[in-house]
Amino acid sequence: MTDIASDLRAVRRDALGIGVYAVAFGASFGTISVASGLDVLQTSVLSLVMFSGASQFALIGVVGSGGSALAAVGAALLLGARNSFYGVRLATLLPRRDLRAPRSLVTGQLVIDETTAMAVGRNDVREQRYAFWFTGAVLFVLWNVGTLAGALFGRAVGDPAALGLDAAAPAAFLALLWPRLADRTSRLVAGAAAVTALALVPVAPGGVPVLAAAAVPLLAVLHTSRRAEVRS
Amino acid sequence: MIWLAVVAGSVGVYLLKLAGLSLPVRVLERPAVRSVAALLPVALLSALVAVGTVDGSGGITLDARLGGLAAAVVALVLRAPFVVVLVVAATATAVLRAAV
Repeated sequence: MTDIASDLRAVRRDALGIGVYAVAFGASFGTISVASGLDVLQTSVLSLVMFSGASQFALIGVVGSGGSALAAVGAALLLGARNSFYGVRLATLLPRRDLRAPRSLVTGQLVIDETTAMAVGRNDVREQRYAFWFTGAVLFVLWNVGTLAGALFGRAVGDPAALGLDAAAPAAFLALLWPRLADRTSRLVAGAAAVTALALVPVAPGGVPVLAAAAVPLLAVLHTSRRAEVRS
Repeated sequence: MIWLAVVAGSVGVYLLKLAGLSLPVRVLERPAVRSVAALLPVALLSALVAVGTVDGSGGITLDARLGGLAAAVVALVLRAPFVVVLVVAATATAVLRAAV
């Protein structure tokens, strides 16, 4: 068994690993945002206040292609809606004081893919809470530094796709999920969720395929509780 | 016009993040809610892995990312540390992309 200090050190190392690609993606976001017609201040407000990569890319994508403000906001909200579900999970894991105002206003800002994946990838509750806060703080700083650098000096930033960084995010989420896939229920839910999302990619707007996967655990729990009722 | 999208979008996305955290404790303590909540990240992150690996402009695009993810799976099976998995996935993707 490892001691808690070395476990927390492992959390920090993993968070910094995510931080490296967050800087690169932040820089790419800043570059593309300015190229899409937003100014440096608007670009930074997005990274500071919206702070959710997929939503930010969706918003500037719509703005850049000449879409309306309403369409841009709609696209960002569709991609951000999954964070509500992450919040439900994190609310069962974080201490009560992190969930009470005014502190909850800070906690809420850090509810994103990476912090959730880092937290649920740990077994001990202390490590889970530490992983959430440490990853959130590191990402918030590095995402914003990257964004500003990209917005100001965009042309000097390399193409993240040429470095293979577009595969780093899926690989990171898979790696963090990996220990959770040890039990059969989780594996079934993961497989069904992936298939559901992929089936919707060609037909649904951005954000909806991933969001729809939230129905899978709902159906799984309904199914098992009904079976338990029949048995009893 | 751009400012409207930036401010409304940012506030909206922030409120969505806050919403899930703000469920009342008595709801969160229900066993069924806890069971669903425990599986939600598994479902959403698996979907995100799948979509992030193959989504393209409005459809499914099979490209170097798939090779990168396969390399990541091999690294995970070999029990490589997290950061190594990331480096392996990115490197494999970059090499495949340069080669094709």
